[in-house]
Formats: sequence, C-alpha cells, structure tokens
Amino acid sequence: MTGLDRASGVTDVVAVPAPSPPSPSPGDGGAGTAPGARAWSTAGTVLLYVASLAAAFGISALLVALTHGSPSKVFPAMYDGSVRSFGSLGYTLDNAAPLMIVAVGAIVSTRAGLFNIGQEGQLTIGAMAGAFVALKVHPAGGPVLVLALLAAAAGGALWAGLVALLRFWRGVEVVISSLLLVFVAGQVLSYALSRAFLLREHGANGANLTESDQLSSKVQLPHFGSYPHFNFGSGLLIALVLAAAIGLVMTRTTLGFRLRMLGHNATAAKHVGVRAAWLGTVALLVSGACAGLAGGVLLTGQAYRITPTISNNVGWNGLLVALVARNNAWVAIGVALGFGALQAGGGFLTTTGVPTDLVNVMEALVVLAAVFPPALQEVMRRRARRAAAGAPVAVGAPA
Amino acid sequence: MSNDVTTILGSAVRLSVPLAFAGVGEYVAERAGTLNISVEAMMLSGAYAGAVGSSVSHNAAAGFLWGMAAGLIVAVVHANFSHRLQANTFVVGLTLNVLALGVTNYLLEKVHMTPRQVGVWKVPLLWHIPVVGKPLFAERWPAYFLVGIVPAAWWVMRRSRWGLEMRSVGENPKAADVTGIHVNKRRRQGLMICGILAGFGGAYLSVAEVGTFNSNMTAGRGFIVIAAVIFGGWTLRGTIAGCFLFGGVDALRLALPALGYTINPQLLIASPYVIALLAMCFFAKRLRQPAALAQPFERGAT
Repeated sequence: MTGLDRASGVTDVVAVPAPSPPSPSPGDGGAGTAPGARAWSTAGTVLLYVASLAAAFGISALLVALTHGSPSKVFPAMYDGSVRSFGSLGYTLDNAAPLMIVAVGAIVSTRAGLFNIGQEGQLTIGAMAGAFVALKVHPAGGPVLVLALLAAAAGGALWAGLVALLRFWRGVEVVISSLLLVFVAGQVLSYALSRAFLLREHGANGANLTESDQLSSKVQLPHFGSYPHFNFGSGLLIALVLAAAIGLVMTRTTLGFRLRMLGHNATAAKHVGVRAAWLGTVALLVSGACAGLAGGVLLTGQAYRITPTISNNVGWNGLLVALVARNNAWVAIGVALGFGALQAGGGFLTTTGVPTDLVNVMEALVVLAAVFPPALQEVMRRRARRAAAGAPVAVGAPA
Repeated sequence: MSNDVTTILGSAVRLSVPLAFAGVGEYVAERAGTLNISVEAMMLSGAYAGAVGSSVSHNAAAGFLWGMAAGLIVAVVHANFSHRLQANTFVVGLTLNVLALGVTNYLLEKVHMTPRQVGVWKVPLLWHIPVVGKPLFAERWPAYFLVGIVPAAWWVMRRSRWGLEMRSVGENPKAADVTGIHVNKRRRQGLMICGILAGFGGAYLSVAEVGTFNSNMTAGRGFIVIAAVIFGGWTLRGTIAGCFLFGGVDALRLALPALGYTINPQLLIASPYVIALLAMCFFAKRLRQPAALAQPFERGAT
C-alpha cells in the first residue's frame, strides 16, 4: 500500500504544471512531457482506486475468514444480487433512486456553503407527511399519489426550514441544528405512530406494533417490469429527472451561479448583491425538499407503510453519496448506483445466511476506500505545489 | 417518597457517568475544531472491547484498558483520515459509526463473553448521608475517576500552553499556524483524547453498569454527548452539567412509568436535542462555538 502511495505521489509531482523549469523528480522515467505525465497520473489514479477498493474488500474477506465463513461464497453472492442479471439490476436501481434524490439535495445546500447534514431527519418527516396524505385523503388515486409526494417534499422542506430559521434568525450553525433535528424527527415519527388519530395502524395490530396502515395500491408508485426481467420503480425516473434538473440549475443558471458564489466566497457574493439569508434559505429548503421527497419515494415505491425505521439510514447514506461524489450532481448519479449495487448485493447476501452487519461493515469500508484516493492525491498535489513554490516546508509539514 | 428520589437520583448518576467521560473527550475535540460525530463509534467499540477484554483477561478492570484502546483505534482512523488526508470529517465520522455498529454486532455472536463487573466502592462516611448519599457515594469505582479527570481537563485546556494551542486551532487555525502551531497535529491529538475517554465511557457502560455487552449498547448516547457539549456552550462546566441533565432526563424516562406517572416517552427521548437547540437559540451570544468548528485546515490554502 505504501509503495503505491509513494508512486502516485511521484506521478502527481510530475503532473503539476510548475511555473519554474520543471524540477527533475526521481523515477519519473522520461514522462516529463505534459501529456505523458497526465496519462501516467490517470493510470496512477485508477490504480490507487483499485488498490484502495481491493483493500476494503480484502479486509471484509479477512473478517469473514477469521470468523469461519467462506469469502469465496460471499462475493459471488453479492455479484449475483446486484448486477448479474436484469432482475437483480432492478434491485440496484431501486436502492439507488432514493439515495440519488437525497444526494442532489445535499449538493445544493453544500454548494451554497450551508452544510446541511440532517437529511435523515428531513427524510423521516417527509415520509411521515407523505403517509399522512396517502392514508387520509380519499378517494385514493393518481392525484393523491402526486399530492402525497408533494406533501413529502413539503415536510422535508419544513424540517430544513427550521434549520434555516435557526441559522438566519438566531445564528445557530447549520451543521449543529440539522444534526440535532435528526433525532427530534425520529421521536416525532414515533409519536405519530403511537397515536391512532395520527398514523397508528387500525385494528388489532395497532396496539402492538408501531406502524401505519398499508397504503392502498392506488397510491403506490408504478413499477415497470417484474423480477426475472429488467424492472425498475418510477422513483428512479423521479431521481434522474431531479438530478439532471439540479445539475443544470447549478451549472447553467444565474440562480445556480449565485448559490455557488455564496458557497465559495460569501463576502464577494454579498458585494455583488446576493442576499445571503434569502438564497441560503432557498438552498436549505431545496435540500430538505429533496430529502423529504426521497422519503415519499421510499414510502410509496418500496415500503408501502411507514414504520419507525422507514428512513433506514437512507438519509445518511444519501449525504455520503453527495460527499463521496464531491458535490457534483452528475458524479452523484454514478456513486448512488454504486451504493445501490452494494445494498442490493448485501440484501441478497443476507438471504444466504450472512448477517446484515457484515454487509454494513463492507459498505463502510468501501466508503472509506472511495474517500481515500482523492484525499491522498489532493494532499500530495498540495505538498508538491508548496515544494515547487519554494515555500519552506516545516519539519513534518501538516497536510 | 425520599426512597423514590434516591432511586431516580441513583439511576440518573449511573446513566450520566458514561456520558460525562465521553463528554470531556468531546469537549476537548470540539475545542480543537473537530465536530466529532464518531464519538458514538468510540463509545460503542469501547463498550464492546471492554466486555471482551474483561472476559478474556478474567479481570474487569482490564476491560477498561481494552475499551480505551478500542476508542483510541477509532480515533486514530478518524484523525488520520480527516486531519491528515483532509477527508470530510462527517463522511469519516458517519462511516465509522456504521462500521463500529456493524463490527460489534457481527462479532457479538462470534466471541463468547462471560459477564463480569467491577465492584462498588462506598466512600467512607459520606455514603451514609440520607437521600443523596447512596446515589453519589456508592458507585462502581471507575466512576470516581471523573472527579480527577474533569479538573485535570479543565486545567490542561484553560491553563497549560498545550491547552491554549488546542483552543487556538479551534478558533483561528491560520493564526495558530503562523505562530508555529501544528494545527492538524493538535486536532489529531484532540480526537485521540476523545477516543480514549469515550472508550472509557463505553467500557463503563458494559463493564461497570451492565456487566456484559448488548447489541448497539450505546444506542445514540454519543449524539447525546454532542448535544451536551452544545448545550454547555463549549465550556467544560456546561458540558458536564449537560451530561448530568440529560442522564437525569433518561432516568426519569425509565423511572416515571414504574412509579405510576404517565409521561410521553418521545418527548423525553427528544428532550436533550430540543434543550440543546433551545439553548443555542436563546443564548446564542454566550454559547459561542469555536470559530473554526468543523472547518478543515489546509496549510497554504486561502
């Protein structure tokens, strides 16, 4: 591992466009010209990712082997469950859709410099609002489904609106208030599920289980295709349209430009007349609405009833998708699909008797593995730039 | 009546002690500028390692060393990822929480544990005091470390040079860097102290209170610790007060139904977070967070 790291560091040193005559670095093997260096660097990046992911899977395999399991069965099972056939691909897509929706929302607020990390709570409140509309508004049908999804988005926006209110009225940091509100949201849902006039299931079950009635089939999102063949829920379409729309708004419109400016340099943004409070509130509401909508999609597309664990870490994972994708909406689509594949594979794996916990461990390791290469390269690049600029590098210079 | 008070007070203290250990650690980490959300992972792995350690070494006290080591391992991973590689601290923290929960659950069934508990130490004379004597002065002995750790942490953070450096990297890392302080190193050290103390707090749960490890034993206590630091306005006193307040609320939640009062459990479970938010909201001037909290520091970047 260390050997590899050093190698990539060297290639990065080469890739840096140095203003002064390029310093000869040891071991650059004649790759001094820019295009060659870039090719080297790309190869190094790919290699680094491969090594990093291999390490993550290796540790998982080691964990399985140490506890008398057989890694040779675990990984094929994950492959079978996620991408091997059209049928299993459907599971991947369905798992990816809510993550994608949460992630694009997270991107909007993070890009605007407001680090909303409360998607898990916003998703919970969204799912709750959606369930309320889907169960209580009659007659059930297409319009109610749309209304439920809108209510879900509104619910998420409301929860994020609290964050905005606290930020721009009382000056409470977004990170802090959004984090704390996650745990409040869980209890709000728990309260609603324990009260018959709110969401608790009617009939004998309601007294024992804390869950809602099942949604009527008329307010469920349509699903295209069925298992052995290619299939996907319409949540995926919502996710893709939303990702494309937000990707375009962020990069191609004045609003997106202003949002990004606010995030990059709030002072400069203020000087050109960006109203930080107003625009920041919009960003937070959009990110909350996305998380809430993801809750609605989970509810009407997969769970069909609301339980205390409806969010099931989708909010946190969606945030991770956004951060691993480095706040790029297009990249987030791919990362969400990767996460979806892992979860679909993991879900299938649990049917073969492997505990869910191992799947969670594997997911966590993969996330760390995905974060590692870009971080390492960034550090190497910065160090090289400092060295090239002739800045005095302190002993054991901080990264 | 006074019997009930003693019972509730006793359970409040028992529930607060692990929070307070982790709270001191989280306070140190946050003052150095890390909004450390992997404190949950540190506590959980500390609880697990504590239980395993005490049953492997046939010595409950050794479990605490194991717990601290486990918390430290989590901290080292977090510190190197976020304050050496500059990976986003929330990605690392969230991931470590998932990882710790997964690993401890997975290994729970694989390792056989014999329940073992450290003993109670009664402070001579004092524990005879009516009502408050038993809850405060007849605790499992590791709890009394708190009496030493809190003042020590206060002295180190407020009076020593190192503590000043720690606080300065949390307030203004650029200025600290210019004066020759190794910003990210200080932040890593803060995280490691947090890991050791949170690991101790976790081990306290498993080795001192319960005697064994249960799945997801900490159940979000790490986040309550974060709420306590926020509630305390990033002061040590406030943090400890927050830990005991939230521990007390938890004790009420458990005790009131048994005593025949009906109370809304959801409200009590959510109350630490709501109280912390309200405190931030209404005392925003006084409860000021470290200015560079949760902001990565990269040398030479503007």
